[in-house]
Amino acid sequence: MTRFLKSREAILLGALLALVFLAETRFSGFAAPGNLVRIFNDTSILIILALGQTMVILTRCIDLSQASNLALTGMVTAMMNAAMPGLPVPLLILVAVGIGLVLGALNGLLVWKLDIPPIVVTLGTLTIFRGLVFLVSGGAWVNSHEMSAAYKGFPRADILGLPVMSWIALATIAAFAVAVNRTSLGRAFYAVGGNPGAAVYTGIDVGRTRFWAFVIAGGLAGLCGYLWVARYAVAYTDVAGGFELDIIAACVIGGIAISGGLGTVTGAVLGALFLGTIKNALPVAGISPFWQMAISGTAIIVAVAVNRRRTPGRIILKEAKA
Amino acid sequence: MKDTSPESREVLSLEAITKTFPGVTALNDVALSLYPGEVTALVGENGAGKSTLVKILTGIYQPDGGTIRVDGAETRFPTAIAAQSAGITAIHQETVLFDELSVAENIFLGHAPRGRFGLIDWARLRVDAKAILERIGARLDPETPLKELGIASKHLVAIARALSVEARVVVMDEPTASLSQAEIEELYDLVERLKAEGKAILFISHKFDEIFRIADRYTVFRDGEMVDAGRITEVTEDQLVEKMVGRTMDAIFPDRTFDPGPEILRVEGYRHPTEFAEIDFTLRRGEILGFYGLVGAGRSEVMQALFGVTRPSAGRVLLDGQEIVIRSPADAIAQGIVYVPEDRGHQGAITALPIFQNVTLPSLPQTSRHGFIRMAEEFALAREYTERLDLRAAALDQNVGNLSGGNQQKVVIAKWLATRPKVIILDEPTKGIDVGSKAAVHAFMAELAAEGLAVIMVSSEIPEILGMSDRAIVLRDGRIAGAFEREDLTPEILVRAAAGYAEVA
Ligand SMILES: Nc1ncnc2c1ncn2[C@@H]1O[C@H](COP(=O)(O)OP(=O)(O)OP(=O)(O)O)[C@@H](O)[C@H]1O
Ligand SMILES: [Mg+2]
Repeated sequence: MTRFLKSREAILLGALLALVFLAETRFSGFAAPGNLVRIFNDTSILIILALGQTMVILTRCIDLSQASNLALTGMVTAMMNAAMPGLPVPLLILVAVGIGLVLGALNGLLVWKLDIPPIVVTLGTLTIFRGLVFLVSGGAWVNSHEMSAAYKGFPRADILGLPVMSWIALATIAAFAVAVNRTSLGRAFYAVGGNPGAAVYTGIDVGRTRFWAFVIAGGLAGLCGYLWVARYAVAYTDVAGGFELDIIAACVIGGIAISGGLGTVTGAVLGALFLGTIKNALPVAGISPFWQMAISGTAIIVAVAVNRRRTPGRIILKEAKA
Repeated sequence: MKDTSPESREVLSLEAITKTFPGVTALNDVALSLYPGEVTALVGENGAGKSTLVKILTGIYQPDGGTIRVDGAETRFPTAIAAQSAGITAIHQETVLFDELSVAENIFLGHAPRGRFGLIDWARLRVDAKAILERIGARLDPETPLKELGIASKHLVAIARALSVEARVVVMDEPTASLSQAEIEELYDLVERLKAEGKAILFISHKFDEIFRIADRYTVFRDGEMVDAGRITEVTEDQLVEKMVGRTMDAIFPDRTFDPGPEILRVEGYRHPTEFAEIDFTLRRGEILGFYGLVGAGRSEVMQALFGVTRPSAGRVLLDGQEIVIRSPADAIAQGIVYVPEDRGHQGAITALPIFQNVTLPSLPQTSRHGFIRMAEEFALAREYTERLDLRAAALDQNVGNLSGGNQQKVVIAKWLATRPKVIILDEPTKGIDVGSKAAVHAFMAELAAEGLAVIMVSSEIPEILGMSDRAIVLRDGRIAGAFEREDLTPEILVRAAAGYAEVA
């Protein structure tokens, strides 16, 4: 407990509470339970994507293609729904996750087998996946009236007072909390990112571990493809354009070290919630979009500065100054 | 304090230095003085605070309290540059260099010779680098990329780097830990020359023979406190050890009766295109097989091939009489062959993970049920092995990065022992480990051998080879230069075979 109080997650939780409090003072009703639930629901997609990204970053890689993956899977499910309204939604979700997994595996294979730097691979697939959205849709939109009620309604359906979308986010968080801390693969993510050389000598296949991280990130992006399109009830080429940066920002705010091997599920979730709350609170408070960006940006830099002090690998970091 | 010999003026003195890390007092009210033209040996167990002091001296850490004086004037080193300009240079315990740069660039990084317009004068940089390398007796090409060098050569580069700045105080944190005998001799010569030039030298080492050979003074740390200091001529080795560990020490090497079991490992016609050839040997259960040789003789390379890190081009490996093919470390581990690497910084510990997770990393199947890791079992396993190795840590969930160098090594050794292997290959197992723990590691090795484990021990320390091996193989230039039974082992034979003075069958 005392350890938690000193941890980065505690600082972030404090900042998040302060943010909510501040918004409440300017804007009574902001901290009302109903509104908080709404914010959580609005942030669900960011949370899920940030968890996938966290796995990738832990292995000292990065995935810039998540938002494009999301756009492509979202478009495919929307078009399938428009063409065949009778297809059951669970099947469409399976298709979305499946496509996402394949796209993630493509990233992973390129990083693993061809040894191309992840930033280059995913910068490439970011553009390619986005291009594919245009190819499959011919640049056309799928609008709300073309989608079936079941397709649009599923994420909003209410279970015990919470929308399905929130439940999916909660389930993802729970699954990751367990998987990351209590499976060999989760441990391997930390080992590979923390010291790739040592990981090799421990019998961990660094390339294969990274591959699985990309597959996971891809699968979650696919899931979010359906959720996003269904929720906003529209699919077009530029869906979630630039959202990859929000995901990475959430991770960075959450203390996931870009240098790999360091970060927690709690951190990623809090980072996403923090960013989500800012994005939610600022417009309500009538702050101009420019200031919103500036404030989010400042939050990222402050978060990195706070994390830097706590990064281990003490010797190397300090010595580099000499 | 005993040594206030008025004739020598101290260049550098520390008074009442204190440094704490969360949960640990690394240094408590310590004092230290360095004198021109004299070597002061700093001794203490793993985690006694030696490296922490070095980092304070070089401006990497800031002390919580106390004073630093240079030539009697109080000063502070807020940055590494400040310490450097005050004339203090250091060879750190963990070599911190840049793999992608050349040897010459590494030596001069940050203070390269400048030519016109302040641009780097590459020609002079190479000439100067060559001169420094020659001065320390390192036969290295300044143009070689660092990543192509072995750990010993990298260490020589670190030494060259430290000496490339004009310094009055030279700090060496376990400089001989990764060097072989010939290079160590060169280093001693270098220390003599530095002394003659009037430099003050702080020399940290766990090896008593060298301390008595080169030091003029000593300072002993125990648990972050300075317990004694004086002239080296006034103490004996036993007294020094006693001050260090706070008790008297028995024999360093355990008594062993070698009771060989059946053959477990046979290596035949092993060769690698560039590293080694014609390697044939056998290993039996309960046996400790020593591998001696000069640095660069190919010992680690043979072991890396056995462990599946590199691929040999020819040869067979038989385990329990069955030919096995090892394509990756995972294969080797699955077969029960494990390797504790020499370069523990790059190949050993995951510093951002806690101790217990480092220990259990290759043993996760044993600590898991239904695919889920059980933390209680992880802790139990980690506790069992770290205790047997006498690990000094505040808690097992502490990050390995916060441990002292020697304790990090114990974590790595514990990690491999916890896999309960059939064959364990230890590459320089006691490098950087203090006397007390060294005895613990040796005793543990003997215990494991007695339990039927087969041990291969690569070592550059002749006493260790003599004291521990049942048989020893000497490698030279990638080939076996001799194989000796325990009763034939003498220092002369080992040195001759390793250097190739005489051909021994
Ligand atoms: N950055 C850090 N954070 C927390 N604790 C640290 C840190 N650096 C060192 N320590 C602790 O301070 C103590 C002294 O460590 P130090 O590295 O100075 O030991 P040492 O005498 O050099 O040992 P060795 O012989 O093993 O190299 C140890 O208990 C170590 O765990
Ligand atoms: Mg040390």
